[in-house]
Amino acid sequence: MTFQTFIFYAFSAILILAAIGVIVARNPVHAVLFLVLAFFTSAGLWILLQAEFLAIALVLVYVGAVMVLFLFVVMMLDINLARLRRGFWSYLPLGGTVALLLVGEMTTLILFHYVNNEVATPEPLPADYSNVRELGRLIYTDYVYPFEIAAVILLVAIIVAIALTLRHRKTTKYVDPGQQIEIRRTDRVRIVTMPAEKREE
Amino acid sequence: MISLSHYLVLGAILFAISVVGIFLNRRNVIILLMAIELMLLAVNINFIAFSHYLGDPAGQIFVFFILTVAASESAIGLAILVVLFRNLGTIDVEEIGSLRG
Repeated sequence: MTFQTFIFYAFSAILILAAIGVIVARNPVHAVLFLVLAFFTSAGLWILLQAEFLAIALVLVYVGAVMVLFLFVVMMLDINLARLRRGFWSYLPLGGTVALLLVGEMTTLILFHYVNNEVATPEPLPADYSNVRELGRLIYTDYVYPFEIAAVILLVAIIVAIALTLRHRKTTKYVDPGQQIEIRRTDRVRIVTMPAEKREE
Repeated sequence: MISLSHYLVLGAILFAISVVGIFLNRRNVIILLMAIELMLLAVNINFIAFSHYLGDPAGQIFVFFILTVAASESAIGLAILVVLFRNLGTIDVEEIGSLRG
């Protein structure tokens, strides 16, 4: 068994155990940490598949930002665990059956092809192959339109997240700009005619 | 020798675990969101395995965009969750019944 094969089986076992830990963990913080472990392990698997840029992007973006966001939210919310876990295992027979059927069907199809057909073998890449350069060449030429759309999607996500959760402080002296520019001089200034007073001599 | 089928079976197992997670955690919105992330991870593993074994970098480009969209969707889902918790005081799915659907 080569080192790569051993690494594949070891990482796959850790990944599957971490995934099971996510869905079964009693404490939501533990579940998030199991998910972080699953993402790290799959980043290792992606490096085995020679997709280094995406493996590092997974660790930086997904684990570093999205999972940290999950952790913030989980630690901020006061979750009543006892009430949420009531009836937890009652759907396991049905869920387990559906999952086993899923895995059974997909594995049958995959192994059917594997046994009957030629398996695809990856050709060895040249020594100066740069995964980043390869992806960059494609993203900025063939796939530049989806790239721009992805940027717009991220912008929409920012706006939605702020718009949903923003709460104003009630004590700020905030003037609505639309009302501000509609103000007339007569609203603010009142001219009063009064006789000039004699100066005391 | 690790072939394409190994990675595809791994993706299938991860997907099935995520489906079981949705069945088990049907009341807890946070674990539901995490099960969705697991599903996306399974699909990403499939894409990258195909990209490697067929020599086509388009699979990795697709994963790049899936990562982007999944990050946005997590952010928006968590914002909705936070506002929900502010208004209801709980994240139990069974309490979200005010539309009487």
